[in-house]
Amino acid sequence: MSQAAEPMQTVHAVTQTPYKWGFSTDIEMELAPKGLNADIIRLISARKEEPEWLLEWRLKAFAAWQAMAEPHWAHVAHPPIDYQDLHYYAAPKRKPGPASLAEVDPALLATYEKLGIPLKERAILAGVEPAEGEGAPVAVDAVFDSVSVATTFRATLAKAGVIFCPISEAVREHPDLVRKYLGSVVPQGDNFYAALNSAVFTDGSFVYVPPGVRCPMELSTYFRINARNTGQFERTLIIADVGSYVSYLEGCTAPQRDENQLHAAVVELIALDDAQIKYSTVQNWYPGDAEGRGGIYNFVTKRGACRGARSKISWTQVETGSAITWKYPSCILQGDDSVGEFYSVAVTTNRQQADTGTKMIHIGRNTRSTIVSKGISAGRSDNTYRGLVRIMPKAAGARNHTQCDSLLIGDRCGAHTVPYIESRNPTARVEHEATTSKIAEDQLFYCRQRGLSEEDAVNLIVNGFCKDVLKELPMEFAVEAQKLLAVSLEGSVG
Amino acid sequence: MLQIKGLTASVEGKPILRGIDLTVPTGEVHAIMGPNGSGKSTLSYVLAGRDGYEVTGGTVTFDGRDLLAMAPEERAAAGLFLAFQYPVELPGVGNANFLRTALNALHRARGEAELDAVQFLKLARAEAKRLSMPDDMLKRNVNVGFSGGEKKRNEVLQMAILRPRLAILDETDSGLDIDALRIVAEGVNALRGPQNSALVITHYQRLLEHIVPDRVHVLAGGRIVRSGGPDLARALEEGGYAAVVADAA
Repeated sequence: MSQAAEPMQTVHAVTQTPYKWGFSTDIEMELAPKGLNADIIRLISARKEEPEWLLEWRLKAFAAWQAMAEPHWAHVAHPPIDYQDLHYYAAPKRKPGPASLAEVDPALLATYEKLGIPLKERAILAGVEPAEGEGAPVAVDAVFDSVSVATTFRATLAKAGVIFCPISEAVREHPDLVRKYLGSVVPQGDNFYAALNSAVFTDGSFVYVPPGVRCPMELSTYFRINARNTGQFERTLIIADVGSYVSYLEGCTAPQRDENQLHAAVVELIALDDAQIKYSTVQNWYPGDAEGRGGIYNFVTKRGACRGARSKISWTQVETGSAITWKYPSCILQGDDSVGEFYSVAVTTNRQQADTGTKMIHIGRNTRSTIVSKGISAGRSDNTYRGLVRIMPKAAGARNHTQCDSLLIGDRCGAHTVPYIESRNPTARVEHEATTSKIAEDQLFYCRQRGLSEEDAVNLIVNGFCKDVLKELPMEFAVEAQKLLAVSLEGSVG
Repeated sequence: MLQIKGLTASVEGKPILRGIDLTVPTGEVHAIMGPNGSGKSTLSYVLAGRDGYEVTGGTVTFDGRDLLAMAPEERAAAGLFLAFQYPVELPGVGNANFLRTALNALHRARGEAELDAVQFLKLARAEAKRLSMPDDMLKRNVNVGFSGGEKKRNEVLQMAILRPRLAILDETDSGLDIDALRIVAEGVNALRGPQNSALVITHYQRLLEHIVPDRVHVLAGGRIVRSGGPDLARALEEGGYAAVVADAA
């Protein structure tokens, strides 16, 4: 195994860029004490000038969290997390970053190059400090540029009536919407990490698409540039009103630097009658080194409610990063004839652990769900698909199809499939197919005989394996995702 | 073009090739015939560089280069192509995409310009048409759901597009009906030229009625036991391998 070639281990877990939205860089705040208690939550709420109801909401979440225990049912292992040893209200630590791209680790830059990340974005991603005065490095342009680009996008969106802003801003500007929907899909006490997030979430995105509006752009470029440092307890709320459509892209294919080891985000989606939400994620946080040191713990709760009739929520994810991924984007199919989809590629290499899947809860009549999960394990990693399909008594005519495939590279990795099926309506139809395969020696030899290098052969085979999922991604993202798979698996064969 | 001297090889420690001497000059088509288990497929895999086929002695030069020192993809770049006896399925990988990736890898290795999707598709469609293959063969996933005959024809299509200097066909005729057999033969004949050679490995003589070889070699027990002109193939068909092998022993 030529694991020295693995590029991700060169990504250091530090971040330098300051928060963009609504945060002062007050020294006092950066020194906010470690630990979590009601006073800290009051401080957070006060600093963000939140209304009383939101403070009460947070405190309720905190009370729920205190009564809960960290879950241990997932097929992952990590040292205990001391939740009192974290800062819950501190802007990310402002350690001095590299002053220009010339000071950034060449291996990291090589990775950006391979991924085809635009030059200006590379500096932002690498955490280059914007310099002041003359001889400003590329980062300054990039930052200025991104701000202006963002502004342009916001104007276009506003014209269509789409609200797209930081959730902290939405709390101030659109309190009725936030109050109505926040926690309506993932309640404060839903699970340990969601409760923690509800108590202390710092920021995230808010989207509202008014009735009948088709959001005029993929909410992607904007996000890619702006949402890098929404913090470790990110909160996203997306509402698609009657007959509307929105496609939202989260994340970035470039390896992202981040000093926070624990990430516990919450994403809530709400689709009303005939509305559609397409939510795509490419997650590539620091996975730790070859020995499993460092790396992000990604414990995220993502859930969508198909509240209206004929509504549709589609989750697509490409997960290549993080030391541990604990993630089950789910759909609650309440409206009659509503549709839930989950398309997932999860790649684990070295010592990474991923326990991911989905939940499809069929409540309304003739609700349909599709699950396509592709797990790829290499090195000494562990990759688990965990999925629940629950058909409630009133969900007459409900249908689910699950396709769950695992691909193993090498013989020291693991793939596990844990499907749960609960059907309480006799008219429902639930299908589950699962396969596990290895990249076969004869496939590699066949490709090499035709002239492909071993790595190109692996990429081709892996991309073929993932095709059903990658085709669900918006075009420009799909191309990046393909490259990302190649970079992630570099050096995992041979 | 291809010179094999005293080649011995074993699989899982068991000797299969016991000293092969064979020269295929540029521009010639040679056939290797032999009974089952004589080492025909092992020879083709050893020449293509498959893992698990261990060369224990002898030399192989290809256009003057030490073939055995090259990785499989380097051999491909040098112009060696193996039509597989059992073509491999690649789920989710489109045939056209696979072939273009392969062709461009070869071009890159040789310092030639790569083809974009449009240029490639033009070339691939023309070749498919020439071999009377439907266009949709290019759209389907590599060998997935192909019948035995389609897989073999796909090998010939790949060969036509990649245009090797030396094509090795490992029992490409097995399991083919007469129409498919003719298509395979046409594919090989189309590649014939002063700069190209082929090594046609077959169990039966019938393919050699369509591809008339310059030389025929009989492989038995890991050695070439007889060589001759096209007549040798016919003699084998009539008398069977036993007589020839017994003669040589």
